[in-house]
Amino acid sequence: MKFTLGWLQEHIDTKASATEVAAKLTALGLEIEGLVDRAKGLESFRVAKVLEAKPHPNADRLQICRVDFGGGEAEVVCGASNARTGMKAVFAAAGSYIPGLKVTLKAAAIRGVQSNGMLLSEREMGLSDAHEGIVDLPADAPVGAPAVQIMGLADPVIDVAVTPNRGDCLGIHGIARDLAAAGVGTLKRPTIAPVPGGFASPIDVRMELDAAHAAACPYFVGRLIRGATNGESPAWLKDRLLAIGLRPISALVDITNLVMIGFNRPLHAFDADKLAGGIRVRMARPGERLLALNGKDYALKSDMTVIADTERPQALGGIIGGESSGCTATTQNVFFESALFDPVRTAISGRTLGILSDARYRFERGVDPAFVTAGIELATRLVLDLCGGEPSNLVVAGAEPKWQRQIAFRPSRVKSLGGVDIAEAEIRRILGGLGFTIDGGANALQVAVPSWRPDIVGEACLVEEVVRVHGYDRVPTISVEKSDHLPKPALDGRQRRRGVARRTLAARGLMEAVTYSFMGADTATLFGGGQPAMRLVNPIASDLDAMRPSILPNLIAAARRNAERGVADIALFEIGPQYAGDKPEDQSIAATGIRAGRFETRSWTAKERPVDVLDAKADALAVVRTLGVSDEAIEIVAEAPAWYHPGRSGTIRLKPKTTLGTFGEIHPGVLTKLDAKGPMVGFEILVDAAPEPKRRAGRGALKLSPYQPVERDFAFVVDATVAAGAALAAARRAEPGLISEVRLFDVFEGGALGAGKKSLAITVVLRPTDRTLTDAEIETVSGKVVAAVQAATGGVLRS
Amino acid sequence: MADDLDAIRSELDAAAAAADTTAAIEAVRIDFLGRKGRITELLKTLGALAPDARRERGANLNRLKTDVESRLEARRRSLSDQALDQRLGSERFDVTLPTRPESEGRLHPISQTIDEVVAIFGEMGFQVAEGPDIEDDWHNFTALNIPPEHPARQTMDTFYLPGQPGAPKTVLRTHTSPVQVRTMKILKPPIRIIVPGRTFRSDSDATHSPMFHQVEGLLIDETTHFGHLKGCLIDFCRAFFGIDNLPVRFRPSYFPFTEPSAEVDIGCSRKGGELKIGGGDDWLEILGSGMVNPKVLENCGIDSTKYQGFAFGMGLERIAMLKHGIPDLRTFYESDLRWLRHYGFSELSVPSMVLGLEP
Repeated sequence: MKFTLGWLQEHIDTKASATEVAAKLTALGLEIEGLVDRAKGLESFRVAKVLEAKPHPNADRLQICRVDFGGGEAEVVCGASNARTGMKAVFAAAGSYIPGLKVTLKAAAIRGVQSNGMLLSEREMGLSDAHEGIVDLPADAPVGAPAVQIMGLADPVIDVAVTPNRGDCLGIHGIARDLAAAGVGTLKRPTIAPVPGGFASPIDVRMELDAAHAAACPYFVGRLIRGATNGESPAWLKDRLLAIGLRPISALVDITNLVMIGFNRPLHAFDADKLAGGIRVRMARPGERLLALNGKDYALKSDMTVIADTERPQALGGIIGGESSGCTATTQNVFFESALFDPVRTAISGRTLGILSDARYRFERGVDPAFVTAGIELATRLVLDLCGGEPSNLVVAGAEPKWQRQIAFRPSRVKSLGGVDIAEAEIRRILGGLGFTIDGGANALQVAVPSWRPDIVGEACLVEEVVRVHGYDRVPTISVEKSDHLPKPALDGRQRRRGVARRTLAARGLMEAVTYSFMGADTATLFGGGQPAMRLVNPIASDLDAMRPSILPNLIAAARRNAERGVADIALFEIGPQYAGDKPEDQSIAATGIRAGRFETRSWTAKERPVDVLDAKADALAVVRTLGVSDEAIEIVAEAPAWYHPGRSGTIRLKPKTTLGTFGEIHPGVLTKLDAKGPMVGFEILVDAAPEPKRRAGRGALKLSPYQPVERDFAFVVDATVAAGAALAAARRAEPGLISEVRLFDVFEGGALGAGKKSLAITVVLRPTDRTLTDAEIETVSGKVVAAVQAATGGVLRS
Repeated sequence: MADDLDAIRSELDAAAAAADTTAAIEAVRIDFLGRKGRITELLKTLGALAPDARRERGANLNRLKTDVESRLEARRRSLSDQALDQRLGSERFDVTLPTRPESEGRLHPISQTIDEVVAIFGEMGFQVAEGPDIEDDWHNFTALNIPPEHPARQTMDTFYLPGQPGAPKTVLRTHTSPVQVRTMKILKPPIRIIVPGRTFRSDSDATHSPMFHQVEGLLIDETTHFGHLKGCLIDFCRAFFGIDNLPVRFRPSYFPFTEPSAEVDIGCSRKGGELKIGGGDDWLEILGSGMVNPKVLENCGIDSTKYQGFAFGMGLERIAMLKHGIPDLRTFYESDLRWLRHYGFSELSVPSMVLGLEP
């Protein structure tokens, strides 16, 4: 919402500067978006009279102008074709900085004639691109006066962001009211004298809305003014509109904008001669169209409010007028509309058609239902003053809807909710200044809400009004009171565990990424997602149109992008949500990571080594351990989803059958589809799937054995298909109280073993707790180990 | 009689000095202390002496025996020292050689920022609550006093999923505020929660991303008022940015779910085009806040005549960018390893108000 300080001063009597006004507006909740002093840098330019303009002796297109600039006379050489004797122009003396040319002017000879200054165009002043000629000031501009004053530039432009609840501040008067209530000045109440009509309008207005649609337009006031002379608006009106970025059209249209900006009262002016019969307020009919004032042709829907004549829609209610009945320079008979339109219907229609007009913006946020007639009277007065003509009686259809309401208000709530002590008299003064009227007393006030504040619906709203005007900065600051001397932990067990997993993965050398929750549907489909329910209705890009079923593809894509930038050895992880469906319970938190390229880079100390399944498995198990799950509680099986290499991937299960996650080499076919290079391995752990470790009194007593452990090595020849894990588990179970550890130290295939066989060599650690083992005891345990492994794997002890 | 012992002692000195290998030292030991050694032989003669003479002679012999042992031990040590010196003198490692490659992980600035925010509000008794990213219209808007067609709803460019016909629309939550609703429907006051999480809006440019993070705060009890809201957020801003006198400004604003509402600015300077948090004469908006609208409390089944409190929400990327000087929002999600290495945090730097936050 833009306005000038001068325009504001028509609504408030104040001596506050633009800067002071701006600071107060921000403190009131009308945030300043811009404060532009258009006169800045132009203050030294003066109004000059061209005493004589004569041809330059050495150049056809140049003239020599002798000017009186108030402080004396000067001769300047001027190339503008409109320079002429007797005109008033903008004079820049030698030594002034010309903003449009970005030069400091010097006195110099131009084609042999001395030029001691310059007559400026708008472009040279930095105001616009206009450079057809020099600025032609009004004939009555006083010589020597600052040009910016004559040009209406001395008035600073203020731009405020109006929040959606403050439709009343989409008119300058509403802004002035807030300022006055906050003590910046005195509100000037407009004198709106009804203009008596001289005749009955031949254009009638009829509501043709059924009961279901009566709220679409409850109230319509119209007036015909005949015999007006339309044309360009006077300079003050054009300057005012231009200053706030509105394009002057013609006096009749400019007047509607003036009333709208001044009072948040949108009006529409129809060329009465282009209306067929009377005005009909109704819903659009099937197939109806409107060629609007913006030049576009719209197909209307049956839930849109139209202002029609007896033949066709002439305007879309509260949104935009029609081209065919719009006012033109030659309009003589004008019919003004001042009406109320349903905010919600206006919003839907405007959005459906993609029209964001000043009128729609205001009706959506609510206009003052008690200012309908006043608006048309203001416009009538302006038309009579600027264009002449003869007004009809008002034509009224519908009625002003009931807006009156009262709110019970305890002034003590200002302290107990707003946190600041304000005397009741001041509370009353503030509310009164904002237009509220107050009845009752003794902490039980009845506050009547003014017609222009539909946003005020309860006591809390009134507290806000009082505290806002009083000043948020004057509310004493109090730290939050502690509910306990020691706060409870902010994180619960699962949340804390995720943090440990995150820091563990980073400690293992993986870099944490945060990637979008969406991805392309094609990619999502490769990872078990992409179903219709999980595709965005309105994605911002086709590669971001499906909710992610897994984090892996985003990390794979990140690996690809990093590789394209020359970083090919990659270790990335993310702990975040993935979505199996659109219900809350379908969302799970996964710790997902990838490694690509080389695990060991080439170095003088070691040979390089590409990443492999074991790297992913190690990462996965590290995460599982952070969840409080011991290695003994899990099992690893050779199966995994389709996006992994079928032979080089596994699933980690919490026994008996909770799936914790998967790991493995990423399927080369999937990598190809994602345009990424292998080798690449990954893992996905559902960090919330494991139950929280039980809260116990302690960890159980630790019994440390003082006796030496004994190690024995065994090698078994088994079928190549036997899982090493089965052999290790069997060995561990052979004598549970004694065997503390089983390590696999060699795997060997082929050679003398023959095809289809492999050798697994293990070390078994025996740790007695009560005595040193005898050779006989060790032999007994060894026998059990051999028997257990042979039974579990069908293998034989290698001799 | 002692003279013979002195002679033995002299011979020992000469023999020990001459022994230059461990084997030679052992030979000397056997010569003096072995089963047939010279001192051993002398000890055998003690029995023939008178008691007084035996006591004296025995003491002298034992002293000599000890001297032999320590003399030889000293010699042994000196020899091994020489050997070690010799070995070390020949061993050299080029300490300028690079170490074995190690990969270094880092935490994303968003995680670290969430942990910092949790650490600060945790001190004030707030606990972390969570809710789904895929929400329904009612939790995301209606319950928060944002009816359909409300202009505030239009300003939040909402992503939609197809959902079920006839059911409330399925949306990606546009803010973390629906978790307020979910929490209030379950918990009874007093309530103190913060909700860090993902949020979504269909917007993308240098300052907007289709996905970003917010942290929501909610405090409901019987007495908390706007002054506490100010105190809580001023305390937070000063702790987070590590500036004790950071100016914090509360500006009236509008959110359908709070009343009164305030936007919060922190003081900054933009001198010379460089943004500096702290002193200066300019302001930077960092969060929105307000007293929870009684309608929202009622929508969540909380008696608004008894309970009141405040809520706030802020963009985590924004405060991370401000604190750490990260210029572009979009880079947060590009997973560029060079960026992550530069802006990431050590996993050992766990934020805590006791142990301190990252500067």
